[in-house]
Amino acid sequence: MALDVRSRFDTFVVGAANRLAVSAARAVAQSPGAAYNPLFIYAASGLGKTHLLSAIGQLAKQLQPDLQVEYITTDELVEHLHQAVTRGETEAFRQRFAELDVLLLDDVQFLTGRQETQSELLRLFNVLQRSGKQIVLTSDRPPAEIADLDDRLMTRFSGGLLVDMGAPDYETRVAILRRRCDERDVTFPPGVVEEVARVVFANVREMHGAINRLIAFQTLGEGDVTVESIQGLLGDRGNGSGPQRLAPKSGEYESFLSGLAVAVAQHVDARRVKLVESTAEWRTQGYRTAALERALQSSDTADPDALLKEFEQKVARLRALEQEIVALDPTQRGSVQFLDPEAIDELERLADTLRAESAPPPPPDSSLVRAEFEVGPSNQLAVHAADAIVEEPGRRYNPLVVHGGPGVGKTHLLHAIGNELAAASGGAMTVACVSASDFVNELIAALQDSAIETWRGRYRRVDALLIDQIEMFAGTERTQDEFFHLFNALMETGKQVVLTSSRAPRTLTEMDERLRSRFEGGLVVEIQPPDRLLREKLIARALAAAGVEPSSDVLHAAAGLEMPTARDVLRVGERLAEIATKANGRLTSADVSRVTSVRRSTPVHRATPSGDTHFGDREKTVWDWPDLSGRIIEDLR
Amino acid sequence: MSLVNYASREITCKIVYYGPGRSGKTTNLHYVYGQVPDERKGKMVSLATQTDRTLFFDFLPLDLGTISGFTTRLQLYTVPGQVYYQATRKLVLQGADGVVFVADSQSRQLEENIESLQDLHANLGNQGMDPRTVPLVLQYNKQDLPRDMIMSVDDLDEVLNFRGVPRFAADALHGIGVFETLRGIAELVLKRLASPAEAGSR
Repeated sequence: MALDVRSRFDTFVVGAANRLAVSAARAVAQSPGAAYNPLFIYAASGLGKTHLLSAIGQLAKQLQPDLQVEYITTDELVEHLHQAVTRGETEAFRQRFAELDVLLLDDVQFLTGRQETQSELLRLFNVLQRSGKQIVLTSDRPPAEIADLDDRLMTRFSGGLLVDMGAPDYETRVAILRRRCDERDVTFPPGVVEEVARVVFANVREMHGAINRLIAFQTLGEGDVTVESIQGLLGDRGNGSGPQRLAPKSGEYESFLSGLAVAVAQHVDARRVKLVESTAEWRTQGYRTAALERALQSSDTADPDALLKEFEQKVARLRALEQEIVALDPTQRGSVQFLDPEAIDELERLADTLRAESAPPPPPDSSLVRAEFEVGPSNQLAVHAADAIVEEPGRRYNPLVVHGGPGVGKTHLLHAIGNELAAASGGAMTVACVSASDFVNELIAALQDSAIETWRGRYRRVDALLIDQIEMFAGTERTQDEFFHLFNALMETGKQVVLTSSRAPRTLTEMDERLRSRFEGGLVVEIQPPDRLLREKLIARALAAAGVEPSSDVLHAAAGLEMPTARDVLRVGERLAEIATKANGRLTSADVSRVTSVRRSTPVHRATPSGDTHFGDREKTVWDWPDLSGRIIEDLR
Repeated sequence: MSLVNYASREITCKIVYYGPGRSGKTTNLHYVYGQVPDERKGKMVSLATQTDRTLFFDFLPLDLGTISGFTTRLQLYTVPGQVYYQATRKLVLQGADGVVFVADSQSRQLEENIESLQDLHANLGNQGMDPRTVPLVLQYNKQDLPRDMIMSVDDLDEVLNFRGVPRFAADALHGIGVFETLRGIAELVLKRLASPAEAGSR
């Protein structure tokens, strides 16, 4: 419906009784959706509600011509809805209103008994408010007094700013009448307008009617309207018995009221409306809001912002506690205490007890430290990655998968990472470091004891999970499934995962594809058989441990031996140390060749060429078969 | 008592008119009562002696209707001014949200004014209220009397208004300054909700 172009802010006479409403309306027109949303204006009939709505619409359009502004009366809205339903165009109806930027809805008191319109309006309200669109409503009474109004609509109506307009005081009435005369270009003799303003009219509209009548007499009749003739011209209104003459000070009570209204609006309404809204919001989320309700009931003048902030913090703590407690003891899931900020102390105690009860997952072996892990070109990539993880756990490479042949130092590096992580956090981090086979056994034991939830909880609480020899998960369907969920849970919360494997993850064909692809998603690094530099370092370390300082020739010769794993190198180093001890710490290149013969007697593990899975398939070489003895026994059965 | 009930959106303020006997407390209430539209009028309860002096107290409930969504009520009380009704004054003062001290501007009533103001402070203290933070306004009544009989507003200020609270010159009998006083105290009471420290330090 089109806006009445004459009803603008500059044609609206502002007095004490409507100043607040006009200021709010202007604020809304200047920044729709930002100031008071919804703005609910109520006043008796004929006091300018529709005028204000129209003024808002026009000013908003004038400031932002692109705005979609719609003025509609409640009756029209009902009519539109009925038509839409009849034609089966409800969707189009919704669409049309949902696209508005400003909805100006007049006379919402007529929603009484219109249930379908109410539910449609509720839906529209939600859509518009969610997208920050402005809604302005008028009514002849406050929302609470509109009969049969849906409670949800009522709270929404009252959720923004409620403002009423009273009847204009004497001065405002004079101003309104003078403006009307100006518009009509009519001049009355002095005192006439003032006299009309003294007559009690139910509303401004009736007063307009009266002045129109006088204007008609003035322009069509004979001679000027005088103060004395007013009574006769206005009929019943004008004669002494009918119209009540306002008592000389009748404006006093009104202006007292409107002054008070401003004070209430300033000090009371704005102050804790936020508190009321937040309380309702928390309540709909299921939280107990007793503390906030007490604050609302009491005359205590505590700062609502501080109170709300405190409540918010308590809710955050409740959520954290819920997560932790449910992880520790899943039977606590859904407890109503998690919704009651006043139960925090009790929950803290419960969490303490549960924490004490649940055993921590296995920690890394403290003897395998990073300082003793020698670095050479063959493993430096893995070591760099490990150091990066210790620096920023969960951020850089997650998961980190270290693979390589047996004896190259994967386990050492894994435990070293664990120890470093724990040390770097000052012991605050819970680091689980476990071999895959122990992990499987723990799960089986938990299944036996029906304590699977506790087992899950233990691992889900860790800050870093380090699993050695992940290839041992082969053929364990349940473990892989559990690990998959554990892995995801840890990843989601940014916890570090480090895995070692004897083979590149993509070749772990006996693993679930979903696991393999996740392993590949982080960083996969290989530790190669020890290079010459690393071999030298390792032998020097083994000899130094025995107090032997070898010559560079000896070291050079020893490093030249064929030693496919770090373990072999260390064994050679120990052997040399033994020889040196017997020879009073002296060691020659000849001693090295004695060790060689020993070394040759042990079977040689060929380093598998990386990248070529055909040759890398361990099943081809019998001594590379995992868990050989177990397989043979199985075959015999 | 609960001043603002946000759950039921109600504001109820108890305002007590305090002052020496014959200073015009009841007159204030009568004038307010006379101005209130009929539909808003509660029943004014006045318990007076045969000589028309307030024996017990006056009580005027004012239903101001819905203001900014709040059903707002003012409950106006007066205390008997005569010295011997001490117990009644204490009773009426209980739970007051604001106090209007009605002083008699006549020069010869100065002693009574001072005595009554001290009595107010003592009684507030006894009720556990801090006289310095309770919203208070002064009304210098009977300013319509001949100049030579009364003290000027400035002189009264000097003697009575040592805390610099809002004060209003009045002629309660003819309604001058009555609503100004009421509005003054109502605003102080409401303001105290917003920032107790600010309102209290006045």
